[in-house]
Amino acid sequence: MSEPRFRRDGAWIGASVPRREDPRLVAGRGRFVDDIALPGMLHAQFVRSSVAHGRIVAVDLDEVRAVPGVVAAFSAADLGLGDITALLDRPPHEFVPTAMPVLARDTVRFVGEPVAIVIARDPYAAEDGVEAALVEYEELPPVVSDTAALADDAPLVHAEAPRNTLVDVSLFATEGIDDVFAEAPCVVRVQTKTGRQNALPLETRGVVAHWDDRDEQLLVQTNTQIPHQVRTVLAGCAGLAEKQVRVTVPDMGGGFGQKCVVGREEIAASAAALRLRRPVKWIEDRRDALTAAFLAREQRYDVRAAFDAEGHILGLDADVVCDMGAYSCYPFTAGIEPLMASAEMPSVYRVPAYRVRGRAVTTNKAPTGPYRGVSRPQYVMVMERLMERAARELGVDPVEIRRRNLITVFPYTGVNGITYDPGSYRESLDLCEQVLRDEGWYDVRDSDRVIGIGYSCFSERTGYGSGAFAQRKMQVVPGFDISEIRMDVSGTVSVTTGTMSHGQSHETTMAQIVADRLGLDLAQVKIVQGDTDRITYGWGSFASRSITIGGSAVAAASEKLGDQLREIAAHLLDADVDSVELDGAGGVRLRDDPERRLSFAELADVAYLRAHLLPKGVGPGLTATASFDVAGDGTFSNATHGVVVELDPGTGGVEILRYVCVEDCGVAIHPQIVEGQCRGGIAQGIAGALFEQITYDAAGQPLAPSLMEYKVPTAAEIPDVAIHHLETPCAFTANGAKGAGEGGTIGAPAAVLGAVNDALRDTGVELDDTPIAREAVFRALEAHRG
Amino acid sequence: MKPAQFSYHRARSIAGAVGLLTELGDEAKVIAGGQSLVAMMNFRLARPEHLIDISRIPGLDAIARDGDGLRIGALATHHAVETADLGPGFRLLSDAMRWVGHLPIRTRGTVGGSLAHADATAEWCLLAVLLDARIVVEGPAGRRTVEAGDFFQGVFTTALEPDELIVEVLFPRPAPRAVLTEFAERRGDFAIVAAAVDLDAPRVVLGGVAPVPLRVPEAEAVLTQAVSGNEGYSTRIHSRVGAAAAEAIDVRDEPGVSAHYRRGLVRTLVARACEEAATR
Repeated sequence: MSEPRFRRDGAWIGASVPRREDPRLVAGRGRFVDDIALPGMLHAQFVRSSVAHGRIVAVDLDEVRAVPGVVAAFSAADLGLGDITALLDRPPHEFVPTAMPVLARDTVRFVGEPVAIVIARDPYAAEDGVEAALVEYEELPPVVSDTAALADDAPLVHAEAPRNTLVDVSLFATEGIDDVFAEAPCVVRVQTKTGRQNALPLETRGVVAHWDDRDEQLLVQTNTQIPHQVRTVLAGCAGLAEKQVRVTVPDMGGGFGQKCVVGREEIAASAAALRLRRPVKWIEDRRDALTAAFLAREQRYDVRAAFDAEGHILGLDADVVCDMGAYSCYPFTAGIEPLMASAEMPSVYRVPAYRVRGRAVTTNKAPTGPYRGVSRPQYVMVMERLMERAARELGVDPVEIRRRNLITVFPYTGVNGITYDPGSYRESLDLCEQVLRDEGWYDVRDSDRVIGIGYSCFSERTGYGSGAFAQRKMQVVPGFDISEIRMDVSGTVSVTTGTMSHGQSHETTMAQIVADRLGLDLAQVKIVQGDTDRITYGWGSFASRSITIGGSAVAAASEKLGDQLREIAAHLLDADVDSVELDGAGGVRLRDDPERRLSFAELADVAYLRAHLLPKGVGPGLTATASFDVAGDGTFSNATHGVVVELDPGTGGVEILRYVCVEDCGVAIHPQIVEGQCRGGIAQGIAGALFEQITYDAAGQPLAPSLMEYKVPTAAEIPDVAIHHLETPCAFTANGAKGAGEGGTIGAPAAVLGAVNDALRDTGVELDDTPIAREAVFRALEAHRG
Repeated sequence: MKPAQFSYHRARSIAGAVGLLTELGDEAKVIAGGQSLVAMMNFRLARPEHLIDISRIPGLDAIARDGDGLRIGALATHHAVETADLGPGFRLLSDAMRWVGHLPIRTRGTVGGSLAHADATAEWCLLAVLLDARIVVEGPAGRRTVEAGDFFQGVFTTALEPDELIVEVLFPRPAPRAVLTEFAERRGDFAIVAAAVDLDAPRVVLGGVAPVPLRVPEAEAVLTQAVSGNEGYSTRIHSRVGAAAAEAIDVRDEPGVSAHYRRGLVRTLVARACEEAATR
């Protein structure tokens, strides 16, 4: 293994400094997209399909245009935009490309699909206009479940996709796996269905767009996680050169993946602004967010696992079907969930034989995209259920069976071809169990209350580089990040990152990395993000990539600038470049005579204002650019979650009494922010396990159009979480950091479900589906107690 | 989620509000805290042409003892009741308020508004029936009093005429041994089942099992027997009351909640309400 290049001697890395975002945010001086008001700004709202599946016979907007306050109304034919099409480089039997029009043209495929855009002088008039639209549909039979989609005589959501199947891949099939199962002393099976969820950022999606005649540019301010990809799609749809589109991102109130795909509404509103030459704002309301935004997580698993008599797993045989809804999302495609599940399912365990089939089916429901964790909450839940079921069958302790199967020797290359870098899989489980034992929860479990303890062991691949994404065979391949650093005349720096904070505090953490590398005060560092004119290119923030990849690029750019500063200083001090060093206090000094130093301000003064003093061959200015990519399979964070639940036999109620998280994300740049990520993630994981679900009736009408029906848990439902840290530094990111954005969400459903099943241990009932139905808990306990 | 156009009128007196109601007729809605109405308007499920805002009418938010009874003005907020010292006889009302939505809702939502909206699981509707409340309403013909038992007529339907306004609610008798309890998956949600009992009346009222708050005479009979038989309030009696209530109701399977489960919740919640009330 190569020598780690991270440093722990810095003043900033590892310090939970006050977040630089906080002063403006806590004082209400943040600027979110809905805070933006431009002179003459108009407001957009969408005419949306009222039927789940139908042919559009006619779109009549004449009465819309007559509504007082309405300025314009456009159908697909009026705007004439290109489609959004996300592609995989896979053969037709594995992937069927489908186009998503910006506004529905001939066919509507889900309730809430945008059919026309209404532009009015205020949001009220826009909704009045929407009500006046006359859209005639010839209704078609809707497909509202994965099983209905795969039925022999199913209607087709997209004519080009037989059996409504957009993705069908069998990534692995170990030779002889059938013999493994035939000869194994213990085979267990888990069949589970997980609920459709909405990532539910507190701030809904939105955009303000206007054409600037002076810059000959369409300026688009939108709350996206991927500004450059929005630029590409918008330019393509609207027939503009990329230089004619500038996407900037204001403060964001969460994204969680939902804002990591290009939405149709931001394209349509921008196109309307271009057409009208007036600023147009669109703010998604909560009903549209719940019915028409990108959803996630509705998956069905049928998985068998073979074990030997001691509880060592021998093989894994999985069939995964993901109900992706009506359209493939850009840039990830409908393959995002089945490909993730197929590639990563063996999880933290030594699985010697593996076979998997992963499918994405299309249905007449709102489309899906990435949501924090992407498939990992589901397959981790399946793996942990398999472990628990085998433990029960074999009479092995459920924690012990995990120990027997965890990867403990690193690097480990799995049956899935992925190499796992060092982690603390075993150590995190041991510590988590110890904490719960020391706190006495096993004694409480033995009382006459209905109490169970559950665990989940998991890792999370973070820092997917270009190579890792290329294996997915995406046609646009994310991975690298580029950072440009610029020191100004006063010696302070501004640094770009291609990542995009949607609440994770990059202005703080990226600045910590820069300050550490250059020996600056945090206040001397400005982070620039979310502006396609100021940033060469970026892939934004998702897949826990920001600190691992973006943070490494920022560190590399800082080091390059440091080299420039040393070169100039050496010249001015009349010394050899190898004899000067950054002094950790905003200057460069002679290593052997530290009193002789030049501050960055003095060096910058020379670089800009007295360039004639620069060494020969060194040009004026102080800028540096560096990029970073991960060559291998990425780096794996890991954690173990331990949960204690109490069930109420009288109501089926589930209460979480204790939640312990032992996490390892390598070197934490800012431990408090890591803990915030853990807690928020765990809340979303608990939401999936116990509360949230988007359902539809037989006609495809959504049944959770408000937060009364969509049961996002509140502070009253989410327990305090005890967080313990382990640290296994990453050897190939610049700071030893691994990603920390998604782990909480990944681990929580498995641990909660495991705890509920442990509490039901005497009933003979095991629950496998989420969200866990209180009625199912009630019935299990009722049957047992008579 | 923006309301359709409406005209806004601010009433400065009860008579003024009634006058506006009479003048504007069916197209007018009274708004107080707006905690149900505004959401319905934002979804355009309600589209009143006129809103008559009564929230600034002076004196309508009073909470005052009246002999053994208690008068609560229509504009008193849930939070005002929650934090008022009502004495042991009406402690039930304060305690029950913790089931009403969340704190921001309780600080705006009003007692009169909740009764007029008449959600069958709303706490005030159950409490009114439980305690034989008299709902005082005023219209063009003056004031009249409607017994709670006659007030709730169906889904979101009350005995209130379109030109009438709830003025206050009179709770005529104290109920020191009465409790309201609920079950929902999330704190603050409308209950799947809500149960309220008064051991002394005796009275058992359910929410979530009928279009209106439902008295359950079969369960009340078990309580009455227990009182007359001097059995005392053992846990076994509580279970019998719960079982009687569960058996008596007419419910059917609904998506996510089977009739069996709903009966189970009734059995549990009624028994628990009795048990808690017995400790008072």
